[in-house]
Amino acid sequence: MRTTTRPFVFLGCVELRQTLDVHALDERELMHRLEEVPADSVFFHTFGYFLRHRPFTTAYGNDFARWAALEIGDRALAERLAVVDPFAFATVEALREHLVTILQDHLRARSGDLRLEFDRAFHFQRSHLVEVELGLAATTLAEFRVGLASADESAIYLHTVEARARSGRRAGDFAQWLREALELTALAERFERIDPYLTTLERVRGRLLSLVDRALEEERA
Amino acid sequence: MSRIDDYRQVAPPGAVDIILKLADRVRGRRFLNVTGGRVGGGAAEILRAAVPILSELGVDTSWEITGGDPSYYATARALQAALEGAERVLSEEGLARWVEMNRVNAKKLALDADLVLVHDVQPASLVTHRTDGRWVWRCHFDCSAARPAAWSFFRQLADQYDAAVLSLPGFEGRLGIPMYVLQPSIDPLSEKNRALSTRELTDILTSLRVARDKPLLVQVGPFTPRYDPMGVVNAYRLVKRHHDVRLVLAGTADEESERVAIRDDLLQAAREDPDIVVLELPAEAHRQINALQRAATIVLQKSVRAGFELGPAEAMWKGKPVIGGYAGGLAQQIIPNVTGYTGYTVEGAAFRIRHLLNNPELIPRMGAAGREHVRRSFLITRHLTDFLALMIHLAR
Repeated sequence: MRTTTRPFVFLGCVELRQTLDVHALDERELMHRLEEVPADSVFFHTFGYFLRHRPFTTAYGNDFARWAALEIGDRALAERLAVVDPFAFATVEALREHLVTILQDHLRARSGDLRLEFDRAFHFQRSHLVEVELGLAATTLAEFRVGLASADESAIYLHTVEARARSGRRAGDFAQWLREALELTALAERFERIDPYLTTLERVRGRLLSLVDRALEEERA
Repeated sequence: MSRIDDYRQVAPPGAVDIILKLADRVRGRRFLNVTGGRVGGGAAEILRAAVPILSELGVDTSWEITGGDPSYYATARALQAALEGAERVLSEEGLARWVEMNRVNAKKLALDADLVLVHDVQPASLVTHRTDGRWVWRCHFDCSAARPAAWSFFRQLADQYDAAVLSLPGFEGRLGIPMYVLQPSIDPLSEKNRALSTRELTDILTSLRVARDKPLLVQVGPFTPRYDPMGVVNAYRLVKRHHDVRLVLAGTADEESERVAIRDDLLQAAREDPDIVVLELPAEAHRQINALQRAATIVLQKSVRAGFELGPAEAMWKGKPVIGGYAGGLAQQIIPNVTGYTGYTVEGAAFRIRHLLNNPELIPRMGAAGREHVRRSFLITRHLTDFLALMIHLAR
């Protein structure tokens, strides 16, 4: 079994939310504010959705779509926003641009906006992640499996979603380590192809574990 | 007293370990909470559980309260009411007296800490006597619609903090400091939320004279317009045309004239219909409230204006679907069609109750989803994590 001197250290995370005191009471305002808020806020309302909606998959892949559906009641816009796969964009800025373009295009066809009361407004937020060492490390694929199976769910988010989308490690921490430390290129590529969109972190974990199990069986054979 | 390990049986897997790891990073640091009292209010309920646990984890945690003469309390109450949007008369003399009394409080209290969390309005002006450490104002109420004059006065104080903490985004007034969001939580091992044996449950319900021979609709909350208990009675009457159910309304009137009038109307309704049970229970009747929520078939929280009421979280923790108003934190707690329903009207509430009674298989399904939702998002373990994350983040 391959061993590395560069162990994989599993980290969990805790999200500290910050409200920006930026609000949108209608769709047009949502578009304008979306253009202005920090990139961290766009990240929070799109990728961060997966950390906050852990137990339940819903029909909405981001907070903007959820708000359009539940508060504005604009199902067409909700659908257009919901199908935006944030993982398809190279940067958060590119994702922001796409969301704003959808809103702009949608608003062209509308005459008037429904103006909400303040308590139903879209409230822009961002978050600060506090990383937590989980005391789990791996130097072999078998140890990696043990860590992956037992790590807190937030570790799946941190090493896949956060690493890929905000920290610029496009392959994700797991795939990067498998490729660079264990030289398991094929497994790393399979990890990269896992689609974390519109599912739960537990299901992502399950899929990753089944890929590792297959690789371990191949190694034994 | 509960120990952190006791929470392993109820918290999400790994949550306690995360708390232990975070606590290691702030071991020995001083964390001071200051409130206006030790009873009543969301802050006191949370601190009663959190302070001993954090201390056990090695964080030097303490809890102080401020006090003063009757005018001090009256001004603090009036100022908070004005910040919540109510019209109040606030005199310059009264406000000056309140600030002066807090100067005296500051002299008496040991305010040196790495993190000082000052809860709500009564102790808020202590910040003008801050020494070292990070000072954070914890606002448990919605101040987004504060009276302008009251906010202008209060903002001068609030901006002297390093940060504010709110219960929900959208509860904020304009401030020049970072504003974090920490949602309130329930303690699953407290008297109000712990599991009850069948015997205990039966004994408590018997003592309250609540029979369980038909489905129970339960609302717990003060007899105030804000909780709309008369709206609940009207929703029950619409349901009663189709289903043989019993309604239990448990709350207090506190001898305030408006509340007493509502209570009297409720008692009159109960005299006319034996299936309406009105119980005057103080907020501290934790075991009774626990039993009523556990005995309920459906829990109602038909608030028309709310801060972050934790009634839905308590009921969902007991595996009950919740039908709530669309107000404040209720919309955050209830996931529509998954853990219950939110609505605006009496007819809407009745419609949802009938829907559940006509499709009884939904009741345990929603109850189970609600319990899981609370386990993830509204238990004290999540709150402890937030406190520790805040300490670590602000120390950066």
